Amino acid sequence: MSQPFRLNKEGLINRNKKISFTFNGKKLFGYEGDTIASALIANGIHLVGRSFKYHRPRGFFGAGVEEPNAKLQVEFNGHSEPNVNATEMELVEGLSATSQNCWPSVNFDVGAINNFLKMFFPAGFYYKTFMWPKSFWYKIYEPFIRKAAGLGVASIEKDKERYEHKFEYCDLLVTGSGPSGLASAYAAAKNGAKVILAEDKPRFGGTLLTDDVSIDNLSGKDWAEKIITELKSMPNVTVKNRSQVFGYYDHNMLVMFERVSDHLEKKSKFTPRQRLWYIRAKETILSTGSIERPIVFGNNDTPGIFLSAAAKEYMKVYGVLVGKKPLIFTNNDSAYETALEFKKNNVEPIILDTREEHSSELIDEAKSKGIDIRFSHGVIVANGYKKVKSAKIGKLNKDKNSFEKIETVDCDCICVSGFWTPSVHLASQSGNKLKYEEKIDAFIPDKKKQHETSVGAANGSFTLEESLKHGFENGSNLSAKITETKTEISIPNVNEKKYGAHDKFWCMPLPKNENPKRFVDFQNDVSVSDIEIALREGYRSIEHVKRYTTLGMATDQGRTSNLNGLQLVSNIENKIVPEVGHTTFRPPFTPITIGTIVGREVGMEYMPTRKTPMHEWHEKNNAVFVDAGAWKRPRYYKEGNETLFEASKREAKNVRENVGICDVTTLGKIDIKGPDAAEFLNRVYTNAWMKLPIGKARYGLMLREDGIVMDDGTTTRISENHYHMTTTTAQAANVLSHLEYYLQIVWPELNVNVVSTTEQWAGAAIAGPKSRDMLSKLYPDLDVSNEALPFMGYKEAEFFGVPSRIFRISFSGELAYEINVKSDHGMFMWEKMMEVGKEFGNQPYGTEALSTLRIEMGHVAGPELDGRTIPSDVSLNGLVSKKKDFIGKNSLGREAFNVESRQKIVGLIPIDRKSSIPEGSHIVQDQNAKLPNPKLGHVSSSCWSVENNNPFSLAIMKDGKNMIGKKFFAVSPLKNKSIEVEVISSHYVDPEGKRVRS
Amino acid sequence: MLYIKCPYCGLRAQKEFSYGGDATVKRPNINEEVSSEDWDNFVYMRKSPRGKHIELWQHIAGCRQWIKVQRDTATHEIFQTAKVTEEIR
Ligand SMILES: [Zn+2]
Repeated sequence: MSQPFRLNKEGLINRNKKISFTFNGKKLFGYEGDTIASALIANGIHLVGRSFKYHRPRGFFGAGVEEPNAKLQVEFNGHSEPNVNATEMELVEGLSATSQNCWPSVNFDVGAINNFLKMFFPAGFYYKTFMWPKSFWYKIYEPFIRKAAGLGVASIEKDKERYEHKFEYCDLLVTGSGPSGLASAYAAAKNGAKVILAEDKPRFGGTLLTDDVSIDNLSGKDWAEKIITELKSMPNVTVKNRSQVFGYYDHNMLVMFERVSDHLEKKSKFTPRQRLWYIRAKETILSTGSIERPIVFGNNDTPGIFLSAAAKEYMKVYGVLVGKKPLIFTNNDSAYETALEFKKNNVEPIILDTREEHSSELIDEAKSKGIDIRFSHGVIVANGYKKVKSAKIGKLNKDKNSFEKIETVDCDCICVSGFWTPSVHLASQSGNKLKYEEKIDAFIPDKKKQHETSVGAANGSFTLEESLKHGFENGSNLSAKITETKTEISIPNVNEKKYGAHDKFWCMPLPKNENPKRFVDFQNDVSVSDIEIALREGYRSIEHVKRYTTLGMATDQGRTSNLNGLQLVSNIENKIVPEVGHTTFRPPFTPITIGTIVGREVGMEYMPTRKTPMHEWHEKNNAVFVDAGAWKRPRYYKEGNETLFEASKREAKNVRENVGICDVTTLGKIDIKGPDAAEFLNRVYTNAWMKLPIGKARYGLMLREDGIVMDDGTTTRISENHYHMTTTTAQAANVLSHLEYYLQIVWPELNVNVVSTTEQWAGAAIAGPKSRDMLSKLYPDLDVSNEALPFMGYKEAEFFGVPSRIFRISFSGELAYEINVKSDHGMFMWEKMMEVGKEFGNQPYGTEALSTLRIEMGHVAGPELDGRTIPSDVSLNGLVSKKKDFIGKNSLGREAFNVESRQKIVGLIPIDRKSSIPEGSHIVQDQNAKLPNPKLGHVSSSCWSVENNNPFSLAIMKDGKNMIGKKFFAVSPLKNKSIEVEVISSHYVDPEGKRVRS
Repeated sequence: MLYIKCPYCGLRAQKEFSYGGDATVKRPNINEEVSSEDWDNFVYMRKSPRGKHIELWQHIAGCRQWIKVQRDTATHEIFQTAKVTEEIR
């Protein structure tokens, strides 16, 4: 069990703890502190996946978020996750990783034929090829693309993990714990500011962990550790590792993704897997560092080709060699540090430097150590299919476009460095228009749009001295403005190597007659020739080129490809990069799990559940519930093997014949108080309200200003200046906001207060011919005769010792009452009613029976008051006062509202008196007419009339009542039904309304 | 995710508020004659400016007060908030 590429000493891993895992079924081990990537490389494994389009073999390229290739399907802690970045995921015991996008295996992938058929896959391939013929799309093209182009496989199992959301506020949020981030956080913390320091990686310190520097005579790593230890001890500081700030939103809201326990072997039951932080920061320091960019050359995607800094990180952090025969291909000094690190570990690198022979501190050091340096050189093409074996290298002529000499050298890895690109994603997301910095050939933040300040490499400063200075200064100044405290901090002494100037060289030319693939975007398989084709075909805007070629559109957001893509476009177009501009950066910076976005809002926690005080009784008595907004309402009470249809018919019939009770607690209730309450109601409702006596209820209709019916309900005058309004369950919240709007904004002179009392009262309706008999038993001391308590009457009385309100109102069209008691007494009231009602044949009824009862009476509800109907459409024009003004009145005169042919409410019965008419059916003259068949109206509500024992529906239909007696078809393509119907009055039962007044 | 300063409650997250449209629209007086044109303008016609806009929000999950917010519709910058009885200029 030896690891051929693991160094003996180097690295920050814990060599005392071995961790076993599998890769494509093979048993391997790594150490605590390894990523999947470092452990695989230590084991000599480089081929980890196949590319997106051409299924080319791919290996690791980076060592962190910049990784474009190594996305794996990973199973750990009992779940399977696709597209996991192998360079970020920490190794845990028992983890099992598999390659994606390959079949049958990563070593032999059938899809790789695409590589040989690459003339079929040029830029815009999908747009061009799969356009024709149209019928091929669903059957042939789409399944093929899905199979061939898929990345990982999402699990279909329920996610058992726990995810959390957290809301946090701070003075200063620092995103990244490299030198400038640490300095900023430290200075702000010393000023007493509330600081959050977020680091994406498990280890704090950023480049301090890998660069050969010293600060105040401490190594970079030790200095970082010292600062972090001090920050952790301060009560005003929160320090978070494994936490990626991925989004910068409005008003300085930043969102952070914390990987809480993915790296733990065992965790407690309530430890979340991941946590989403919503952080509202007064100021933000963006110390996100920079990412090395590659130089483009032939077959630059072959496994074994790395970014030079990544190769150094593998050595210094993980004690792993990416190869033992390295070629270092660079246009700048930073790669020399990688070469020196190889040399230190007794590996002999060859440096290919595109610059002409010159000297600098690092070059001199490399020379003095005897490293083979070849100036004016570069890699033309890498050889090897599943792993780099050798490279064709060339000595460039002065024009850097042709070769003086070409030769082939053996190598097992190529470490490439094309200089550094500041990570400006968060700055860009904040609204900062970036500017092009000629000196570094990259974009850096321009003027602030929000409270964000970029420091260090993220701002284009690539020296340690400058980064620390900017960090301390900005951290101190920004926090001092908030805390009004300024603690002097002396900036530490720094020892670092001086870099010479880099070469503005980004793409290796090709010798004549050679045409290997040169990739710009690895993750989306976008090559130099793809971009050339896009430009040749006329695409000019960089945003269009991006979409056409998919450059930079993969999950890595083009971290390693954006600038080279822009360079290529600007070269071909003969423009400079800032003229080409850059594409927009959008959150999330790195992919985050759907589970984290959802958080705890799953299952029962998806939304609050509202239960009435009688809920438990309903549950015990076999109620089948239906959702009404957040409320749970009994739909029907199941007896034996009853179906919904049978149960609701039984319940409705019992109301018509005996008496039933219904839980109506969910109706909206609004208390209205004040000397101007009557005037207010008079303006809100369409009918007259000034003369409603105390102790009386009235049915009211309210409109929106555009004349459309908003809601209906009864309002009762409890005392001189006190009214009790009811609304429909669905509109309760809207009506309250509506009333508040008029009282606060339009008529503030009215002395009226409104407050929701929905939760304060439990309500039960008692309906049916025997309801008065039952009521008299419930209130033995009260005169409940028709004279004493007439229709729309109101009384307050004790209900077995409990205060209660009795309203004589009816929704079912039967003689009916509604009793309200304080919520705490709801269950008591209900149980008493069940007990007392026995002798009258009382049964509870649910919403389904309730609907049946109101539909056959022609009472309108939500399906008719659907936001399109005015009062006369639903036969409620009798409630519209001609004498007074009210909300929406002026709109009722509009021409379209007054044409005779307008769609209005009617009733429908099937000719065969048997077939139920599906709700939503269209009413047409001729069921066989050619499409589009003229639609005369639609079926809004349907029921089985218990009174007449046949189906009955309400419909909103052209010409309304003029159609009565005529025959049509109700057509439901959804249900595949067509039913011949006759139009009748919408008042199918008791059209004169005698029962409610009896 | 805007951060809105309720004049009654202070800075609160956007999710506590609901949007209520243009705050400069004035409803024609009740019980007074109004021309069809004025009425239609009130009910239907709204400007959709890019830039500064004074709008109504209701603090529904807080004090339930309707408030005025002066916001840039392009950048979401909030310049000022006020009670509905106060002027924003
Ligand atoms: Zn408030």
